Amino acid sequence: MPTIIKLKNINKTYYSGAPLHVLKGIDLEIDRGELVSIMGASGSGKSTLLNILGILDNYDTGEYHLNDVLIKNLSETRAAYFRNKLIGFIFQSFNLISFKNAMENVALPLYYQKTGRKTRNKMALEYLDRLGLKEWAYHMPNELSGGQKQRVAIARALISKPQIILADEPTGALDSKTSAEVLDVLKKVNATGMTMIIVTHESGIANQTNKIIRLKDGVIEKIEDNSEHSFSHFDIQNIK
Amino acid sequence: MFDLDRWNEIFITISRNKIRSILTAFGVFWGIFMLVALLGGGNGLGSLITGQMSDIASNSCVMWSSRTSEAYKGFRKGRWWQINNRDIEIIKAKVKGLDEISPLITPWTPTSDNAVRGDRKGTFSVQGTYANFNKIDKHTMQYGRYLNDLDVMDERKVCIIGQRVYEALFNRGEDPIGKDIRVDGVYYKVIGVGRGSDNLNFSGDKDEMITVPFTIMQKLYNYGDNVDNVFALAKPGVAVSEMQEEMEAILKNNHSIAPHDRQAINSFNIENMLKQVTGLILGVNVLAFIVGMGTLLAGIIGVSNIMMVTVRERTQEIGIRRALGAKPSTIMTQIMSESFTLTAIAGFLGISFAVLILQLVDVGLAAGSEGTAVFQISFFTAVVAGLIIIILGTLAGLGPAFRAMKIKPIEALSEE
Ligand SMILES: Nc1ncnc2c1ncn2[C@@H]1O[C@H](COP(=O)(O)OP(=O)(O)O)[C@@H](O)[C@H]1O
Ligand SMILES: [Mg+2]
Repeated sequence: MPTIIKLKNINKTYYSGAPLHVLKGIDLEIDRGELVSIMGASGSGKSTLLNILGILDNYDTGEYHLNDVLIKNLSETRAAYFRNKLIGFIFQSFNLISFKNAMENVALPLYYQKTGRKTRNKMALEYLDRLGLKEWAYHMPNELSGGQKQRVAIARALISKPQIILADEPTGALDSKTSAEVLDVLKKVNATGMTMIIVTHESGIANQTNKIIRLKDGVIEKIEDNSEHSFSHFDIQNIK
Repeated sequence: MFDLDRWNEIFITISRNKIRSILTAFGVFWGIFMLVALLGGGNGLGSLITGQMSDIASNSCVMWSSRTSEAYKGFRKGRWWQINNRDIEIIKAKVKGLDEISPLITPWTPTSDNAVRGDRKGTFSVQGTYANFNKIDKHTMQYGRYLNDLDVMDERKVCIIGQRVYEALFNRGEDPIGKDIRVDGVYYKVIGVGRGSDNLNFSGDKDEMITVPFTIMQKLYNYGDNVDNVFALAKPGVAVSEMQEEMEAILKNNHSIAPHDRQAINSFNIENMLKQVTGLILGVNVLAFIVGMGTLLAGIIGVSNIMMVTVRERTQEIGIRRALGAKPSTIMTQIMSESFTLTAIAGFLGISFAVLILQLVDVGLAAGSEGTAVFQISFFTAVVAGLIIIILGTLAGLGPAFRAMKIKPIEALSEE
């Protein structure tokens, strides 16, 4: 399997207030098509790592190759281009634009690719249909349930046909039944060959991924192969 | 390039908060309305004033005598003297820049009910002039004709009456031409009815004036050789002030007045007057511009402020857009376009509204009897106002747009 993400000795320090060394030399390789979860206690640096992977944030030292391109010191314009082309984001709080309906939200990444409106909306409807939200296409976000919102967000992440999907606690705001449904959707997406990285602190979620990266105090504590999905629900020593 | 999608985005965001957009737009609307309306007002005022002065040839002057202020050639100071017929002839012969010269006689105050026709009467000023006086201070003839040289030479008892004189002495619609009226005890034949549009004039309100040949008046009113005023018109291209100096020198020489006596001769030069009025109009326009621009700037600053608030409120939305691939420049153009659109719409409505109001004023003035004036701004001014709006609208968006551009997706997304 070809490598899609290659991190070499990534360091990140926040300087707002007292310097906070959040990532302390992260080495990581993720292959195309993998379904990976990143686990760790709150404040361990999961989101920071994911944001760096998503080119939403910079790192201080080290090297990050995405799709064999070195992602370092990019201009904002270039970063925006890569985000749009290569990466699909899914957030805990959905981050839908409140005054746009589901279809328009899904179509937004294509707007920034200068796709025409008709094509854009047609594709958005297709993706919504795939996620079982066809009838909700013209509803505003505040008319949708949490699960529906997250599925809209997934459709939006998928529409630009990215190389990787990055999900930061995608089920964090959902009840367990809805969480399971959303996770099912994500697994199905992964089954089509899409690389997927899910940050979570729920062991139940992590257990359904094929590889679990455990983060502790800014370093990778261990990487577990979980292709057997044998991770115990009751092993909670590293959680929270 | 016209990008329908982008404009759609802009209109959605502007109309999302209608009240706020309208209130903000109103500031700009009011500002540009004030600017254009004030400029139009300045314009109109100017045209009213110059319009009223239009009877008087701008390259003309008038002189009259006064007490001397210096002793000279054996004469004591404080002496009275009079301009006379001989002065007129000498000036006419010697001053090269002179085009026309006319003496004028007009008794200080008319006696009560001095003009009579049958049982109708009224009190009106009488003046005696040459025929060429009409080139200097113009009558607008409504019936008949003005004086001609023969009237003056032959000392004919003819007169031009003003509009008000006609109304007082004749029935409405009655043809006055050829009819006799008695003025200060002497019968004159009416040869014309005229009026003037000027309030600012040399010799009084033409509407209430009876004008007769200078020669007959000088004789009948016992002026001897004397005249009250002398009016002169300079040749085209000759400065009135130069002609005036030459005339004054001749008068001083003829009457043994000290060459540097500054009080013996009074004069009035319409050229200087026009210059002052032009200066005044310019002043009014500058003031209008300053006040209008002030109001407009306040409106624009309002837009800028609101856009700033909007950007702050939309931090998360902008963050999402950035995460999804919006370039900083895209965000910047979006905010600029929003500010620009809001300003432009409000601005062009304001200009249009002001133009409409000014047009109504013009139409109203034309319909009324106050004379015509042009309050309407020129096309050029409208274009400049439009440009100002476009520039200010863009500037107003600049600050907020830069702020929006600086928003980092990650900070925006973590803000909840
Ligand atoms: N923008 C920031 N500025 C300063 N400190 C930050 C910032 N973002 C995160 N942190 C800090 O960095 C640490 C790691 O945060 P994060 O990566 O969000 O952890 P996790 O997602 O694992 O809970 C936390 O202590 C957090 O307070
Ligand atoms: Mg986190």
